[in-house]
Amino acid sequence: MPIGWSEKLKRNGFGWSLVLPSLLFLALFTYYPMLKSVWLSLHEKNLAVSEPLFVGFDNYVQLLKDPVFRQVFGNNIVFAVGTVPLSIVLAFLMALFADKAIKGRGLARLAFFYPNMIPMIAVANIWLFLYTPHFGLFAKLAAWIADQPVNLLGSPDTVMGALVFMMVWKEAGYFMIFYLAGMQQIPKDLYEAAAVSGLGTAASIRRITVPLTMPTTLFVSVVAITNAFKLVDHLWIMTKGGPNNSSNLLLYYIYDTTFNFYDQGMAAAMTVIMIVLLLLVSSLQFLRWDRKIHYE
Amino acid sequence: MLKQTKPLLLLAASLIALAGCGQTNTDSTQKGSDAGESQPSAVASASPSPSAADEEKPVEITFYYPVNVGGPLTKVIDEMASRFMDSHPNIKVNPVYTGNYGDNTVKIQAGVQAKQPPDVAVMMSTELYSMLDMNAIIPLDDFIAQDSEIQMDDFYEAFLEDTQTEDKTYSLPFQRSTIVMYYNKEMFKDAGLDPEKPPATWDELVSYAQKLNKDGHAGLEIPGNDDSYWMFQMLARQNATDPKQNIMSSDGKKAMFDTPENVEALQFWLDLSRKHKAMPEGVIDWATVPTDFIEGKTAMMMHTSGNLTNVKNNAKFEFGVAFPPARKQFGSPTGGGNLYIFKDTSPEKQAAAWEFAKYMTAPEQAAQFSSSSGYVGVRKSAYDTEAMKAYTAGFPQALVARDQLQYAFRELSTHNHGKVSTAITNQIQAALAGQIDAAGALKKAQEEADRALAPFNK
Repeated sequence: MPIGWSEKLKRNGFGWSLVLPSLLFLALFTYYPMLKSVWLSLHEKNLAVSEPLFVGFDNYVQLLKDPVFRQVFGNNIVFAVGTVPLSIVLAFLMALFADKAIKGRGLARLAFFYPNMIPMIAVANIWLFLYTPHFGLFAKLAAWIADQPVNLLGSPDTVMGALVFMMVWKEAGYFMIFYLAGMQQIPKDLYEAAAVSGLGTAASIRRITVPLTMPTTLFVSVVAITNAFKLVDHLWIMTKGGPNNSSNLLLYYIYDTTFNFYDQGMAAAMTVIMIVLLLLVSSLQFLRWDRKIHYE
Repeated sequence: MLKQTKPLLLLAASLIALAGCGQTNTDSTQKGSDAGESQPSAVASASPSPSAADEEKPVEITFYYPVNVGGPLTKVIDEMASRFMDSHPNIKVNPVYTGNYGDNTVKIQAGVQAKQPPDVAVMMSTELYSMLDMNAIIPLDDFIAQDSEIQMDDFYEAFLEDTQTEDKTYSLPFQRSTIVMYYNKEMFKDAGLDPEKPPATWDELVSYAQKLNKDGHAGLEIPGNDDSYWMFQMLARQNATDPKQNIMSSDGKKAMFDTPENVEALQFWLDLSRKHKAMPEGVIDWATVPTDFIEGKTAMMMHTSGNLTNVKNNAKFEFGVAFPPARKQFGSPTGGGNLYIFKDTSPEKQAAAWEFAKYMTAPEQAAQFSSSSGYVGVRKSAYDTEAMKAYTAGFPQALVARDQLQYAFRELSTHNHGKVSTAITNQIQAALAGQIDAAGALKKAQEEADRALAPFNK
């Protein structure tokens, strides 16, 4: 027998009223701006027109033709490929160490996590100094290797590598925390059983630790990939996306297009592309892929 | 999801905050005009009568300003504003420090779009066309015509150039600068050069820089990131046969980047490091150049005169300041910010804003601001004040930027300025990084600029 609407309301009303406050804020500050971005992305709105002009998908077509957008998008892929696997592997190794090291375990954890406690802007300033020619530690190191002064942030060939290196340093400690939690969930008797069976440390890590932290790896991967698209604070301090866009990333380019070029239609189109991209990535987690890779 | 839209969220929050502030402002004006029938009209209030205004509710105006150089300049500006209020009790000024020039423009832009702009603001002179295209600012000609105190011809001609377009004046010069050459006198002596004779021509610059490029320090540094077009403009003007040559048209609708003379100018910049080995290769960072100079990592640098105070306070050696050397002529673009008055507010507020802008650029204030910041005094008579005489007597280097004004000219400013200036800046960076040659870089920059300007040439 179908339930009447008043009955439905009775059953669900309490639930809805609990959700309502957060839903209201989400709608106001998340869904509405997203819809507005979609609307704006279908219009030409820049200094050349006084009122927004409907242009359909023209902004998206223009974007595909824009060499800077393609370069920036490519940069972001490089940035993600450079930072994600490396910081995850490093995080895993650091977690192993912080999990096992008996003496000074707290200190090791603190040391590994510490880069994450500094705000990105402060990190960028510290690393800007490390990369400054003549003064910085890494600049001196690079100059010693290349046998001539090297301007790591001022050369298109090295700037991306320098930023990836910094980001790995910053991110790895954060991901380590997740691995640490994951490893502590693994029952210790598994390792004891492995030891009894004569399995070495390396083998037990490969056969027990790696598979049983797979859900963590998936989660961390999703966070790392989205971070690679979201973290751009350092660009303000270090390179402004230069030289000649070689360190420019998508979010920074969106900002530039809005507030420097005053081209809101185009910026909205890029925002929509970015939102779709990030939704796709986070749907990996959302669709509960982790269940499929869990050993249970 | 909340994280992904963080920038949007922040923007929305700031817009709401702005809207909130604006609301209270509007209320207070309405009350103000209701309360006093005798409230002076827009024009009449241009000559304030402090005694009569005591009992009325003062006109409240918001003033946005950026600070782009080191030092406690916010204090100086807040002080100037509070002294203005002492002498003008019928006007209340709320000074708002908005960060650097970039942040400042973003805040103003957000305000304009929310129809709640500041009443008066310091903004880059180069924002003129963008503000006009956004229909955000008002011309000041009516105020100037009706106000005998302003004396526009007392402002330096070079600073007025970028306040005007198509026979109208849209701003008053406020914190202004030019490019000057700083040099380390001790390194000059060590290299056997006369410390009182800085290089005056490009050839001398090259030979001096080569001699100075030793003992682990560079001979010369010219910053190449951020707004590298500024340095390029300087070299281009120095190499121009026409004394009035600039890299854009005066109506801001055309860019002239890829002329043969400009290619030579950019080539000279590249040669300084590649061919003459007198300067580090690659893109040199704007902010580290003064640090390099102060720390003795370079013997000479081209930088904004706005850094005078910074270098004066921190350099532990004797240094000189000179005109950047000439090729066919001396030349430096001006830089810095002007005072703009905004639309979308009441005439009373605009009149109050005019009073404030006039006060801030009056000789005494110009002198005080110049001596505490290192910016150039915007008025000729500012240099006749006692404060300025005392300052320049103890620090004659401060006069170089002023003396150079006869060779100074307008900074790159066009419609769609963000795109046009980025086009040339990026290509200069590419050339400095060795990715493209001078002619190719300027050709590409020209094409990009032409595309960005096409809608304004219909």
